[in-house]
Amino acid sequence: MLSYAIRRLLIAIPTLFIVITVAFFMMRIAPGGPFDQERALPPEIEKNIKAAYDLDKPLVEQYAIYIGKLFQGDFGPSIKIRDFSVAELIIAGAPASMQLGLSAIAIALVFGVAFGTYAAIRQNSAVDFVVMGVAMIGIAIPNFVMAPLLSLVFGLYLSILPTAGWGDGELEYKILPIIALALPQIAYIARLTRGSMVEVLHSNYIRTARAKGLRETLVVNRHAIKGALLPVVSYLGPATAAVMTGSVVIESIFGVPGIGTYFIKAALNRDYPLVMGVVIVYAVMIILLNFLVDMIYGLLDPKLKSR
Amino acid sequence: MNKSEKTALLQSAGAAEEIEGRSLWRDARIRLFRNKAAVGSMIILGIITLLAIFAPLLSPYAYDQIDWGYIQEGPNWENGHIFGTDGNGRDLFIRVLYGARVSLAVGLLATTVSLIIGVTYGAVAGYFGGKIDSIMMRFVDVLYSLPFMFFVIMLMVVFGRNIFLIFVALGAVEWLTMARIVRGQTLSLRRREFIEAAHATGVSNFKIIFRHIIPNVLGPVIVYMTLTIPQVILTESFLSFLGLGVQEPLTSWGVLISEGAKVIEASTWMLIYPAVFLALTLFCFNFIGDGLRDALDPKDR
Repeated sequence: MLSYAIRRLLIAIPTLFIVITVAFFMMRIAPGGPFDQERALPPEIEKNIKAAYDLDKPLVEQYAIYIGKLFQGDFGPSIKIRDFSVAELIIAGAPASMQLGLSAIAIALVFGVAFGTYAAIRQNSAVDFVVMGVAMIGIAIPNFVMAPLLSLVFGLYLSILPTAGWGDGELEYKILPIIALALPQIAYIARLTRGSMVEVLHSNYIRTARAKGLRETLVVNRHAIKGALLPVVSYLGPATAAVMTGSVVIESIFGVPGIGTYFIKAALNRDYPLVMGVVIVYAVMIILLNFLVDMIYGLLDPKLKSR
Repeated sequence: MNKSEKTALLQSAGAAEEIEGRSLWRDARIRLFRNKAAVGSMIILGIITLLAIFAPLLSPYAYDQIDWGYIQEGPNWENGHIFGTDGNGRDLFIRVLYGARVSLAVGLLATTVSLIIGVTYGAVAGYFGGKIDSIMMRFVDVLYSLPFMFFVIMLMVVFGRNIFLIFVALGAVEWLTMARIVRGQTLSLRRREFIEAAHATGVSNFKIIFRHIIPNVLGPVIVYMTLTIPQVILTESFLSFLGLGVQEPLTSWGVLISEGAKVIEASTWMLIYPAVFLALTLFCFNFIGDGLRDALDPKDR
């Protein structure tokens, strides 16, 4: 198990390195730069500005400088948002994004597994069809449609929650964005859980457990759930990625001051260091969660334990 | 035995043969057509496709034609704007149908790209096995843990909004799972007798993969393909919603939804119609995918 963990960690490092490299060169080979404006700058001034950001050096040298600084924890200054370093911007935006993302995943897990298990136990009953029908709607309505609808219904028609904004980070501002992020994931996880639970409930070890005379709740909660959760656990990696991507849209719809909002603006403005910073933060999050997921998987799956 | 009896016998023999010869595919087709949700979805998708193909014939307005008399007006049957008009006075009905063209085309083409890459990659990895397999699959693992959407977004920003780039970018993102599925299937196939027989008779590896392996993994591939199409359509809408998809005056459902979301309080119809079409399409593809899975893999039911 330990050697497995170490091996996984060793893969994570080159992965992160690939992310940084690809993102760096992709941004730079793009036509256009951060100082393109309607009115061209005088050449000397443009030269000076570029020199200040090391943009006048050859690409490979820029890359070396960037990596070197990164190792010292320096993400560089933001080009477009004056007087702020990328690190400062990320530290300012990360809490909001992380709160939304992690709560959405936690909520999706709890409700998804609960609904899926319930539907599996009552397979082919009315409850099953209703739950799976609703889950299908959750998948078919993308979160960028759901978000404005939620804001319209709860914010405007019912006026029980703010339509958008962040306030001082009070709970009422977070509810709608979290729901919008969590809904599709609840649907996916419910479908996954139901599928694997149905399969597990028909397996031999469950029949044995039942034959021993265990109560049905015990059979499900103690024996079946462990096996049924395996596909859900391995889905957590992609789920995290999906929630983070979704947060880019959700944050801008609800006006959340998170790092997702930066990303789009920075990419459109060619604010190279800021784009890189956000991509790196997201990549680290995703790689870290994938690692965690693999570890949990190893603990849950007896076939992997021996390795 | 007279002639008519003979023919009757022959016919019944023929019929018997037909029953015996019922192939896996035919079985699957029968099961699929018994699934009401899947059949209903196919009909609805067919209608949406027909609407998209014949879009220019169905409305008196062109998709980029501005009707100055009706700027951002609600649905009205009398003036022919049955879905209303957008902020520029363009007919929403025809624009939704043009959006359907883009979304369906992107869905099919990008899925085809992912299909070609994924199936070939997976089959090669699974067939050769050993070191080649572990290196190839490690590579997939690494790609899996990349924040791909961010790369796609960057790609769109970097190279401009080119519709062909959308196909390629989305196809390049979606092939990973396909490769894994095909590789798993191939691993179990390659030790089977008919592959060994092909080997023994001197068929080249290339031919074995494309003639013998790939046709035998088509079942799961088709199921996953049906589930990839809605995924791709959704991703395209997502990009368009961010303003990175197709360009004006051409449109897609994502663009229309994002325009609608901005004026949702005043003009709800501008969000509702494209959103309903998008959701309906995703719904149908998912139902068909589920139906196909049940039909091709009866043990799962």
